[in-house]
Amino acid sequence: MTTPPLLDVEGLHVRYPVSRDVFGRPTGHVSAVDGVDFTLENGETLGLVGESGCGKSTLGRAVVALEPAAEGTVRFRGYDFARLSDDELKQQRRFGQFIFQNPRTSFDPRRSVGASVRMALDIQRLFRPRERDEAVAEIFRKVGLGPEHRARYPHELSGGQLQRIGIARALVLQPQLIVCDEPVSALDVSVQAQILNLLKDLRGEFDLALLFVSHNLAVVEYIADRVAVMYYGRIVEITSRRRLFDNPLHPYTHALLESVPSMDLAHRDDPAPKLGDPPDPTHLPSGCRFRNRCPRAFDLCREADPETVEVEPGHAVACWAVRGVDRARARETSATITKTEETT
Amino acid sequence: MTVAGFDEEITVIPRWRRIGGHMLQSRAACVGATILLILFVLALFAPWIAPYDPFKIDPIHRLAAPSAAHWIGTDEVGRDLASRIIYGTRYFLLICLVTAAISSSIGTLLGLLAGAGSPLVDGVIMRFIDILLAFPYILMVLVVVAVAGPSLWTGMVAVGIAGIPGYARLVRSTVLTVRQEDYVTVARALGASRREILFGTILPNVLSPLIVYLAFATPLSALIASALSFVGLGAQPPAPEWGAMLVNSRTYLFSAWWAVAAPGLALCISIFGMNILGNGLRDVLDPRNA
Repeated sequence: MTTPPLLDVEGLHVRYPVSRDVFGRPTGHVSAVDGVDFTLENGETLGLVGESGCGKSTLGRAVVALEPAAEGTVRFRGYDFARLSDDELKQQRRFGQFIFQNPRTSFDPRRSVGASVRMALDIQRLFRPRERDEAVAEIFRKVGLGPEHRARYPHELSGGQLQRIGIARALVLQPQLIVCDEPVSALDVSVQAQILNLLKDLRGEFDLALLFVSHNLAVVEYIADRVAVMYYGRIVEITSRRRLFDNPLHPYTHALLESVPSMDLAHRDDPAPKLGDPPDPTHLPSGCRFRNRCPRAFDLCREADPETVEVEPGHAVACWAVRGVDRARARETSATITKTEETT
Repeated sequence: MTVAGFDEEITVIPRWRRIGGHMLQSRAACVGATILLILFVLALFAPWIAPYDPFKIDPIHRLAAPSAAHWIGTDEVGRDLASRIIYGTRYFLLICLVTAAISSSIGTLLGLLAGAGSPLVDGVIMRFIDILLAFPYILMVLVVVAVAGPSLWTGMVAVGIAGIPGYARLVRSTVLTVRQEDYVTVARALGASRREILFGTILPNVLSPLIVYLAFATPLSALIASALSFVGLGAQPPAPEWGAMLVNSRTYLFSAWWAVAAPGLALCISIFGMNILGNGLRDVLDPRNA
C-alpha cells in the first residue's frame, strides 16, 4: 500500500451566502468551489490558475481550514479537517501555512514584525520560550533579512521585505505545505523575481509542498510542477506544467494561454480569441459552465456537466469536445452517474 | 547576506516616543495636556495650594469682590472662592474618572462581545444597547438618580451608565472592521484560539479610536454630572463641586458676578482642555501619522 498523499481533496464544495432573511439565516448561496478533486504530494508544487472570481483563493483557504467545506473532504496528512477537535486542528494548522497576497495588510500594524513571527511560535508552543527569539532571528536570516529587522514595524518596511517576513512567519513553524495566495502580485516586477527565487530555494531546503495560487501564467510556469486551471468553482484541466503549456486541451486553457501578451513578432497579428463576458456566478449556464464562452461548444454541452476525467495518464480535463464524447455515450455516462448518486 | 535596498540603517524609534513627538508638534494637544496636568496638580496638592479652608464660613466678608486677600472673591456665606475652586478640581477629576471607568469598561466589554460573538449574542447585546439609546440621555440619568436617591455617587453611576451605549457601538463597529483584516486571518491560520485573537490582536487595534472617544466623551459626562449637581441631584452643598457651587450663587449674578463666573469658568476651561486634547490625540493616533 502506498502512503496517502500530503493533501487529498475530494468533491470539495465551499459556499458563500449571498442573501439572508430577517433572522440572518442564509437563503441563497454562490458556490465558490463547486466539486473539486485533486491531490498534492510531499515536496510538490501545484499551480492554481484562473481568472479573478473563479474560486482559486477560496480553494486555497479551504485546504488550510480557513473556510469550512460545505460538502466533500479535505484530508491533510491523513486527517479529515471536519472531524478534528479544536485542539487537533490547532496542531495540524502548524503543518499547513498560508501566505497572503498583500503583505501590507497581513501584518498587525501594532506589532513589530519580529513579534509577529514570534507570535506564531508562542501560539504553537514551539521551542522553549527563551529559544524562540533565537529561532526568529534564524528564520529572518533564512529569508535574507538581518536580525535587526525584527524590531521594525510593518509600515517601516518595503513590500518585498514584508513578504519575506510573511514567508518567514509561515516557515518558522516548519510546515509541510504552504498555500501561497498570489504572493507576488502586489509586488514590483523586480521584487517578484527575488521572492519567487526565495520560495524556490526554501522549497528545496525544507522539502515543502506549495499550493501556488496565481492569475499570472508566467509566474506559475516558473515555479509549478503541476498546474490546475480553475473555472468558476471547478478544476477544468490539471496536468504537469510541461504538458499544460505545450499541449493544453481544454478550450479555456487555450484561451488563457493565448491571452498572455506575447513579445513574439510573428504572432503579433493573431487576434486573441474573444471570450465574451464572464457569467454571473449565481446563475451559471446549464450543462458545462464554460459553454456560453466556448468556441467548441455543441448541443451536448447544454445538457450535461462534464466531469473532470483523465484523458491520458496524468492529464485530466472536463470537456465533452476534448473527450470526443458523442451524445449517446454521454447520456449513458450521465445515466450511470445519476444511478450511482441515487444508490449512495 | 545583504539584499538590495537594505543598506541604509533606519534608527528605530519606540512607538511611545514617536507618539510623544507628534504630541509635542500638535499645539492643541499640548495646551489640552497642560490644562489637564494643572488640574491634577491642583487636586493632588489642594491643601497646600488653597489659601483658606474651603468650608470656613465668614459672614462678615460675604460676597466680597476679588482682592489681595480673596483672589477671586467670596461666596454668599463668605467662603473663599479660590480655595473652593481648587478643591473642586478633586470633584471634577473624580467624576471624570468614575464615569469614564463605568462607561468605557462595560461599553467596551459589550462591544467586544457583540462584535466578535455569534450573530445571536450580537443581536441580544445590540438590542439592549438600542433600548438604552432610545431613552434621551438626560431622562436616563434622571431615572437612575430617582431610583437610587440623589447623591454624588449615584449621579456619577447614572452618568456612567448613560455613556455605555456610545462605547459599545464604537467598539463593536471597530471590531467588525478589524475582524476582516488579513492579519486576523493570519492569526487564525497560525492556530490562535478565538480568545487569543480577540484579546491579543483585535483589542489592541481597537484602542486608538477608543482613547480618542474617551477624551471626547469624558468631559461631556463631567458636564452632565455637574448639571445634575446644579439641579440638586448630584453632589450636595456645601461640597465645593462646581455645579453645586453655581446653584447657591446664581441668585447673586448681578450683585456678585464672580461667585457665578468662577465655577462656570473653571468648568468651561477644564472641559475645553480635555476636548482639544482629544482633538490632538485623534491626529496623533491616526495610523497614517504614527
